[in-house]
Amino acid sequence: MGRIEIITANTAAALAAKLCRVQVISAYPITPQTPVTEELAEMVENGSLKAEYITVESEHSALASVVAASQVGARVFTATSANGLLYMHEMLHWAAGSRVPIVMACVNRGVGAPWTILNDQQDTVSQRDTGWIQIYCRNSQEVLDSVIQAYRVAERIQIPIMVCYDGFILSHTSTPVDVPSQEEVDGFLPPLEDRSGMDGHTLMNVNPLILSDPRPDPEGRLMPGYMEFRYRLQQDILESVNEIKSADEEFSAIFGRSWGASVWTYRMDDAEHAMVSMGSLASECTLAADQLRNEGVKAGVVGVRVYRPFPRVEMVESLAGLKTVTFFEKDVSYGYQGALAMDAKAAMYDSEHRPLISSYIVGLGGRDVRPDQLAQATLKCVGGETKHCWLDVRDL
Amino acid sequence: MPTSSIRQLPKTEMILPGTRSCAGCGLMLTYRHALKALDEGKTIVAVPASCMTVLHGVYPITPVKVVCINNPFAATGASATGIVAGLRATGKTGYTVVAFAGDGGTYDIGIQALSGALERGTDFIYVCYDNEGYMNTGTQRSSASPVGAVTSTTPILAKLQHKKDMVRIVEAHNLPYIATASPSFPFDLYDKFKFAKDVKGPRYIEVHAACPPGWGFPNKDLVKMGKLAVETGIHALFEISEGKFRLTSRSLALAEKGRKKTVADYVKGQTRFRKISAENLSRLQDFTDKRWNDLLERHFKDNP
Repeated sequence: MGRIEIITANTAAALAAKLCRVQVISAYPITPQTPVTEELAEMVENGSLKAEYITVESEHSALASVVAASQVGARVFTATSANGLLYMHEMLHWAAGSRVPIVMACVNRGVGAPWTILNDQQDTVSQRDTGWIQIYCRNSQEVLDSVIQAYRVAERIQIPIMVCYDGFILSHTSTPVDVPSQEEVDGFLPPLEDRSGMDGHTLMNVNPLILSDPRPDPEGRLMPGYMEFRYRLQQDILESVNEIKSADEEFSAIFGRSWGASVWTYRMDDAEHAMVSMGSLASECTLAADQLRNEGVKAGVVGVRVYRPFPRVEMVESLAGLKTVTFFEKDVSYGYQGALAMDAKAAMYDSEHRPLISSYIVGLGGRDVRPDQLAQATLKCVGGETKHCWLDVRDL
Repeated sequence: MPTSSIRQLPKTEMILPGTRSCAGCGLMLTYRHALKALDEGKTIVAVPASCMTVLHGVYPITPVKVVCINNPFAATGASATGIVAGLRATGKTGYTVVAFAGDGGTYDIGIQALSGALERGTDFIYVCYDNEGYMNTGTQRSSASPVGAVTSTTPILAKLQHKKDMVRIVEAHNLPYIATASPSFPFDLYDKFKFAKDVKGPRYIEVHAACPPGWGFPNKDLVKMGKLAVETGIHALFEISEGKFRLTSRSLALAEKGRKKTVADYVKGQTRFRKISAENLSRLQDFTDKRWNDLLERHFKDNP
């Protein structure tokens, strides 16, 4: 049986890694991720977690070392934020291309320069094209549960997963979390099947130089070229929606909690107007939806939990036929608009009943976002005014 | 420290015909003898982007009979740390993890990860095969290139600065074993790898790997060029075991008796030094002499 504890999302992530019996941890401290690395270090030193803890000199090395540890058969974990994640950028591609089942906690923080330590999601959203699956959590319980689910998914399809949650809003805020027992987690997550081939007999050249075109091996079998490796990664990420869904269903059967697959909804059954967002901001949108409902506006929320693979089908199902959709996001694809809005609009292109769409960039670098602001912005769209702009930005 | 002869060298070849290294490659000869000293089937090599990647061949064919994990350019030290930790965490014992990086991957882009791995005490052998430039990408300057060498990024003035003293930087990390070697002295090289294999903790071996196309000398002269580097003191052969320094092989013979050749003898056979000025030649000679004298002094202090 699990127990209820009042903990932060950072503690939830660290506890989840422990419950998953990770074997190698490597991380470099960065605010607001730091408590994750500290708590895991303490668990390893006090013997409550039997794992190798590598104290590295940079985030590039953190991810490099867990990639290598994973390649020789260990279950691995790391965590980072903001510029640390960007410093990993090369290794993010390397990890996905190596097809290693790494799970990484990404504590969302605005990217410097100029410096901020507070929250937005520019860091992880700008890494969406690195071949990782991205999960965005709305609260600390979901962080804990998602890390456990992520290992299950990653190890089945050999694709790394980042579990993203908002810095300080979740990372440093204590809330009640149901922490499952070790037995329950063991029942859900089997030990890592060793696919490393490191047996002293098998010779391997891992991640070698590879040409674009397929080539025969010494037995004459045609082996994939670089392009086939890339194609396979794309296909497997697209198909991962099924693994993500079944992991959540099986998780729900054991733990009694479901987070949905790629998309979750709030008061959408009879909704005519939707707010769409990710992470804790989507959670905040539910307050705005309640407010709008009180004012007689049939509003609901579509929360994007898995941003990559992009939940194209689920988004179209949730949004087609609505009168208006308003996007709120804490990132921007410079020179265009919010990344989530543009992805969702692309998904909607083929649908017959396209709603009126507005999109807002909000809360960058920790600027406060209030539910009434979200409701007001939504009402503008409800009133027929579409906008693609920044909310609460002041022209100085 | 044993001294092997050709009769003690294992006959097993870990590198089969068909490598993609250039003809007369110093790295190739280094790798051949180093792998003979390591256990077959129990060696995992970590390789960054480098000539070694090319040597290992193009997927799905490799001529090298060793487990190789290729890693990004800057990550060699960290990748090796991960391999060691992963093996330990999964109970796989008896492996020797060996990182093989070039001078670019060691002196320049990889120095942070290397320093981290050495400071953490990672149980591995780090090999820098120093061919004094970015030879894989076409002879660009690295911080290991000697003064006066023309490279493709110092094409007009030639390199203005002396080579970085990497071994001293490594030594500042207090390793149990540090050695230099040259494929022109294969028994000395073999012995050092064989010894290093059984040392616990981080070990560093720096190999002076001559590069015919990068340096501009005939392929057939590889061994000769490596010997000249040792005989002029450009690259001295030594080891530092638990802090105790000793010259080895030809460098030891030079220290005890004999005369060091002049740097001019070494540079004249290489087109990369075609533009070396009298001033730079004299700078290179002075730099070499000072370092050699320091090494001599250290050798006789530790081995009275």
